[in-house]
Formats: sequence, structure tokens, C-alpha cells
Amino acid sequence: MADVALRKVVKRYDDVEAVRGIDLDIADHEFIVLVGPSGCGKSTTLRMIAGLEDISDGDIMIGGDVVNDVPPKDRDIAMVFQNYALYPHMTVAENMSFGLRLKHYPKAEIKARVTEAARLLDITDLIDRKPKQLSGGQRQRVAMGRAIVRNPKVFLFDEPLSNLDAKLRVQMRIEIKKVHQKVRTTTVYVTHDQVEAMTLADRVVVMNKGRIEQIGTPNELYHRPATRFVAGFIGSPAMNFIPCRLEDVGGTLQIRLTDRIAFALPPARAARYHALPRTDKFLLGLRPEHLTEAHAHLGPGVETFDTVLDVTEPMGMETLVYFGLEGTPVCGRVDPNAGAKDGAPMRLAMDLNNMHLLNEDTGVVL
Amino acid sequence: MSTLAIDKGGPRRKVKYGSMSRDRAWALRWSYFFLVLFAIFFLTPPLYMVITSLKSSAEISAATNPWWVFHPTLANYVELLTSNQFLRFFWNSSIVSLVVVVVTMLISIPAAFALARMKFWGSTTLATGVFLTYLVPDSLLFIPLFKMLALVQDITGITLLNRWYVLLFIYPTLTVPFCTWIMIGYFASIPKELDEAAIIDGASWLQTLTRIFIPVALPGLIAATIFAFTVSWAQFLYPLVFTTSIDQLVLPVGITTTLIKGDVFNWGQIMTGALLGAAPPLIIYAFLMDYYIAGLTAGATKG
Repeated sequence: MADVALRKVVKRYDDVEAVRGIDLDIADHEFIVLVGPSGCGKSTTLRMIAGLEDISDGDIMIGGDVVNDVPPKDRDIAMVFQNYALYPHMTVAENMSFGLRLKHYPKAEIKARVTEAARLLDITDLIDRKPKQLSGGQRQRVAMGRAIVRNPKVFLFDEPLSNLDAKLRVQMRIEIKKVHQKVRTTTVYVTHDQVEAMTLADRVVVMNKGRIEQIGTPNELYHRPATRFVAGFIGSPAMNFIPCRLEDVGGTLQIRLTDRIAFALPPARAARYHALPRTDKFLLGLRPEHLTEAHAHLGPGVETFDTVLDVTEPMGMETLVYFGLEGTPVCGRVDPNAGAKDGAPMRLAMDLNNMHLLNEDTGVVL
Repeated sequence: MSTLAIDKGGPRRKVKYGSMSRDRAWALRWSYFFLVLFAIFFLTPPLYMVITSLKSSAEISAATNPWWVFHPTLANYVELLTSNQFLRFFWNSSIVSLVVVVVTMLISIPAAFALARMKFWGSTTLATGVFLTYLVPDSLLFIPLFKMLALVQDITGITLLNRWYVLLFIYPTLTVPFCTWIMIGYFASIPKELDEAAIIDGASWLQTLTRIFIPVALPGLIAATIFAFTVSWAQFLYPLVFTTSIDQLVLPVGITTTLIKGDVFNWGQIMTGALLGAAPPLIIYAFLMDYYIAGLTAGATKG
């Protein structure tokens, strides 16, 4: 087991920069998830750590050693691929032991390791089957088993659950987390699914256009996003961005959303945004769960307004309501018993204690 | 409501489903019609060969029904199978074909692997080039090849012309390009992640080839083997040009040279020789067809 470090890592394909100078420190035993939309450079970054892609510039270190020119087999890593990449002519046991057999491990040791990994992944019964006799979830377990038996310094996962159906994905997500809790190997996991990123990671690395947007624990990213991209990418339904202006009215700082709707900011927020120029264009970032139905006992910083709902989506434990604020579509989450109906007026409450203010031009969260 | 309508409307249902099966029935009828037509077309010549091979020379030249054997005899078979000359042709053909198959595979497999997987400068052009060489017909190549080998013979002093083993150098020019091309196709269909997984597991290029690619692409390998064997076994022009002494001949040339004397065609023995000569490829096909199964890659990846 080892730590992994990336120093100003760049990947260029001809004139296209897929990865544009990434710095990342991954601690021993840590579970890091690289997440971002397709083409953001997350898979390329993983493949550079694996050694499957050359590095155009910068350094990659595993366990303190620079591995830029070390071939994949000498990096002591194991990788799980999106399409499993099992050897079709070998049984499950042979698939798992292939790497060990190439390194001429003693037979008894190989058998012990394969048995242990199979037990850990609950595939002991399948050990003599060929990959084509397995279901998608079982194949993915075998692929993980192949990684585990090697006992490598680092596990690399390249969108391992993307080929599974939604239900199985949730199940395997938990399996992966359990396995990591048992083996504690440093893990780098790539996904485009922010739910996977949030649920699995010790720390999430959000990537966009070849750069790292933000690194943080799932809660940090959720509650304190640094940029509009992170704020919009993490969380489902996504955060609302409502154009707004700041105004001073009678000594208090107000946020104006429309001609009709303006709220005084809570004192803590007012102090934070006090120095901002009043002429700039801002966005109010508000998660749907902070836009709820209004009720009698509202705390300080929670403001109400009336609107007409466009569409409602009953989800069971909550109802999502969609409406427009001067043309900007907005989503809120209300209690299923709050009486939200398509096309009906409704009084909603906005929790400004949990608001974010973004500069509309730079996209930075202020 | 709709179920009710269907339950009551017996005739309507019949028409609805009937049109489906009627289409299918007609498609089947046409397929059988053409299959039978093709079968007759392709099986008539071999049948005629079998009939003729069972006749004596006298019966062949007699004005009887050529499609019937009135006095069947195995004399042609006995004569050929006890003739040292014929057995020599058979032996020459076998050894040439087997060695050519092995040589072809030893060249084609690594070549195809390199061209399919190791992306190097000019690899795509080279792959196309390999195939283009196959498109040049042997009738254009045999004179320059003859000159080349004559030159080599002059320089080295090793007798090559009029020796059966010269064919070992010439046949691969026919088999290697095509087999390489087939194998490139098979190797290219193997998911890239499979060799990446092998590389991460610690396999060298050679181990990736021998332990992953060859077993996974086995159906393709067998197809290429069958092709190389058939081409070597049936090649006529090159052995006709490069070998002339009776003891150096391979089967196709041997049969036509020795069994046609001037304008006397020994039809019975020619047909027998051709049938016996067709046996080995037939046997090989019969055995290897079982391995011709696609879907060996099933289960490697999703799909």
C-alpha cells in the first residue's frame, strides 16, 4: 500500500490538451473518486497512473517513487475496467490467478489468495466457471477479485459500475465500499456518476475540461462548493441558480430576485457579502431542499414568497416542484402532503441561511 | 376489450398471424429451393468423379450411360495406391503443405499481432500493403520469382530449382499476406481492455500474445490454418513452373503430368487421383469445422 502523488501532470494528444496540469495528493489507504462529465480527463488521468498512457509533462509518484517511465507491470497496481476485461478462455480462478502465475508465485500461495478473495467477494461457488457463464455483477466481482489477489499498492477503478443496471449498481457500490473497508488499499476510482462519487469517496476530485475544479470530502463539496461547476454537478436535483442583485435598503443588505421578490439577508450572510460591489451581476445558488413549502413557524433567515407551479413530481417521500422566476427555471422540494399541484399557486419558503452567492461572470462561489 | 375481440374474431386472428407465417413459409421455400439448386450444382462434379473412378478404361470409352456404373471396379484405386510414383506425389504435397502451414502461422500471427496492437509509425499503411500483395496474381509473379530464385541459386550454389523444397519459399508469398490479414481482423476484434488487463497483470507482449490472444482468437487461427493448407495443397502454377522431375512433383501437377500421356487421358485414374487428393482437405475441414465456432470472446466484456 502506498500514497500516490500527481505533480503538474499534463496529457497532450497532438494539439489537444486532455489533462492540463493536475496536482493531487492521495494518502495511503484513501479512497479517492475522480468525477466529472465525459471528456473531462478523469479516465486519462487514471490511465496515466496505471501507466497505460504516457505522461506528456509532470510527475506521477507511487509510494514516493517517480513512476513516469516505469511500465505498468512494475508499478504494482491493479485495475478494474468498465467492461470487466476478463480473459474469456480462463475460469474464474484462472482469471484471478493469472497475474500471480506470471510472477511464478508458489501454487499453495496462489490457491490461498484466490480462495480468500473469492470468499471476500462471495464468489466461491463460481470459481470453476468461465466468464460467459456469469452475470454482469458476478463478472464485476471477478474483475475485483483479480485486483485483490495481487495485493497491489493501488487499486484503480475505471467506471466499474457503468455497465450494470441501476439496482445492481447500488448493490455493487456497497460491495466496493465493504471491500475497501476490509483491504484498505489506496484506491482511485473514476466515475461520471456524482452519487457514486459522494457515496464511495473519502475525498472527491471534481474535474472539468482537463482541470481539477475542487477537491474535498463529499460533505465539503456539497455544502461548500468552490465554483458554479461543482455546485451544479454535485447534488440531484441540481442546485438552482437564480440571477439576482444586491441592494442596500435602510441600512440592511437585500438580495433582489425579481421586481416583486427581494429579501433581507440574514446577518451572517450580510456581513459576508457586505463588501461586494452592488453593480455586479450575481447568482443565488440554492439547493432544492432549501426551497420548501411555507408553514407557520419559520426560523430567522427563512423568507416566503408566492408563485405558481409549472410541474410537480411526486417522488414518494417528497414532491419536487418546478416553477419559473422571471424565466429562470427553479426546483424546490416540498412535503408530499403540502398540496402542491400542477399549475396551482403555492407559497414557498427560501432558506437563505443555506444560500450561496456566485459571481455570474466568473462562476466563483463568494 | 381487445382480447374479447380476438377471442370472438377467429377468422381475423387467423389472417393476422397467418400473414406472418405465410411470409416465413415463403422465405423458407425460396431458401430451400436455392440451397438445393446450389447443392446440385456443386455436388454433381464430385459425383461424376466418383462414378468415373469406379469404371474401367474400357467402360469409360464405351458408349453407355456415363452416369451409371455397370461393372464397378476398385482397380484404379488399387493401382494408384500401390504406385510409388503416386505415393511420392502425395508425400511431397503433404510435407510441403504442412511445413508451409507452420511457417505461415509463425510469420502471420506475430505480424498480425504487431499490426493490430502495437501502434507504430506506418502500421496502418503496412497492414494495407500486406493485403495488397495478396491481390497480385501468381500468374504475374512466377516469372520474376523464377528469376530471383535462379539468381539465389547461382550466387549461393544451393540447388533450389526443380526441388520440392523450393515450394516452401514460394507458397508463403500466397498464404502469409492473406492469413496475416485474417488474423489482424480477429485480433482487432479483441477488446483493448483485455491486453491492458494482461499488461497490468504483468504479461509481456509475447505472453499477451501466447496466453491471451492466441487462445481467444482460436477460431480465426483455425480459419487461417485451413486457408493456408488449402492454398498450399491445391496450388498448381508454381509447382508446374518450379519443379519438373517426376520425383519432385506435388499431387496436382503429378496427376496431370503422369496420367496424361500425349493425347491419351487416363480418365479413371485422373478422377481417382483427384478424389484421393481432395480427401485430406476434406478430412481437415470435417474435423476443424467444430472449432469454427464464433462467440469464444463472449463473456470477456459486456455484450
